[in-house]
Amino acid sequence: MKFANMQATSYNDKVVRQFAIMTVVWGVVGMLVGVIIAAQLTWPELNFGISWLSYGRLRPLHTNAVIFAFGGCGLFAAAYYVVQRTCNVRLISDKLAAFTFWGWQLVIVLAAISLPLGITSGKEYAELEWPIDILITLVWVAFAVVFFGTIGTRKVRHIYVANWFFGAFIIAVALLHIVNSAALPVGMMKSYSAYAGVQDAMVQWWYGHNAVGFFLTAGFLGMMYYFIPKQAERPVYSYRLSIVHFWALIFTYMWAGPHHLHYTALPDWTQSIGMVFSLILLAPSWGGMINGIMTLSGAWHKLRDDPILRFLIVSLSFYGMSTFEGPMMSIKTVNALSHYTDWTVGHVHSGALGWVGLVTMGSMYYLIPRLFGQKQMYSVKAIEVHFWTATIGIVIYIAAMWIAGVMQGLMWRAINADGTLTYTFVESVKATYPFYVLRLVGGLLYFGGMVIMLWNTFKTVTQGRSVEVRIPTLAPAHA
Amino acid sequence: MDILFLLIPLSVILVFFILGGLWWAIYKGQFEDVDAEGERILRDD
Repeated sequence: MKFANMQATSYNDKVVRQFAIMTVVWGVVGMLVGVIIAAQLTWPELNFGISWLSYGRLRPLHTNAVIFAFGGCGLFAAAYYVVQRTCNVRLISDKLAAFTFWGWQLVIVLAAISLPLGITSGKEYAELEWPIDILITLVWVAFAVVFFGTIGTRKVRHIYVANWFFGAFIIAVALLHIVNSAALPVGMMKSYSAYAGVQDAMVQWWYGHNAVGFFLTAGFLGMMYYFIPKQAERPVYSYRLSIVHFWALIFTYMWAGPHHLHYTALPDWTQSIGMVFSLILLAPSWGGMINGIMTLSGAWHKLRDDPILRFLIVSLSFYGMSTFEGPMMSIKTVNALSHYTDWTVGHVHSGALGWVGLVTMGSMYYLIPRLFGQKQMYSVKAIEVHFWTATIGIVIYIAAMWIAGVMQGLMWRAINADGTLTYTFVESVKATYPFYVLRLVGGLLYFGGMVIMLWNTFKTVTQGRSVEVRIPTLAPAHA
Repeated sequence: MDILFLLIPLSVILVFFILGGLWWAIYKGQFEDVDAEGERILRDD
């Protein structure tokens, strides 16, 4: 069968440009909300008694904005760019691609309105109510059609490894979203989950952790496998290992979720399964991390003067760190200490700020000048400054949360000789105060870096222009 | 834990689906010349 996109002579970079710019914009917004709620934890008066500024409403706004708006737009941009470049073909449908862009922005805007109003299904990372969930489903199906349609019309026989990761991310997120969001609507903005009690908790964390695995890991690994080799101008260290990494990761991921429910009403054996699968995940995760970092083997000097490469490689170090920390925290005895403490918050942010954030920023710094006919960003110096503010911010943030978390865990379990608790809960909150201040400082630095990126992007875009990139003609051997 | 009657079969179906993908990739020759494929993306622009 012949499709019109197979005759096209240029790539569809318009949708990539749109998503890339919105990645930066939503990054600033999402991280600003993060800074605000970090400040509220330090000084609770900062909600000014206004319901829609209260922590409980802004926190889901923060998580949705950074994961689905910032991360999501970054993934759309990267997937659309990479699939076209590696398949030597234009996206299968410009109209559907445009629909995914505007549809996704609408989802984000609706989230930004409904969450502060307190309209929520109460499911962590899946708070949006059913009409928005339906819109997400439509956009996601369109995304799948565009992505797999483009793969289906590719002019290169081999499907590059990054596309496998993007493909798995798209399919898995569709499945997770549909199963977890199943609900009974009782009004335009109210619904009840199809599951109840511990069943609901199990589905929720099956969704929650697989969203970490497929949205925040597989998707961004797709980014990593394309942009690190491109920026380093070297092929990935071992292409064979990248294939093993992919299959090992997707075969073993699905059952890590129960580790979120240790010591709850979930049956003990189900908790243990979650722990075992979480430990297994260490192997593929580290295989991939080593593969990415070793891509620089023999060219380590490039790290010295290329801040973009530094973003990408340091993101992998954080990926390695949090994929070690995660399995350790899933061990029940460790979890008995860490669960419900700020250690978890620190762990999430070493993955989110360190891995997802840095790899996205690095990839966007690679993409944005190319999309606007420029050789490099307006200011390379500013990328350098961004890198250091972000990295120092992350280190302060996670170190503060580690200390706070272990301290809380120890205080909560401390028991007097007569069997009573040594500390009241509020004493542990009081003891955490200085660490909340430190966390705010770390968050401010990270946010500040993102503002620098916004400025740099604005300068790069305004001095550049949208360019049409021609699709190179291939040697017959590949046709 | 009725939910496991949904989630476990779902995982099993998914594993077969993934196996199908792996099978397809192997027999379609996706992994025949893997070293060249890593290099190729560097030459596209």
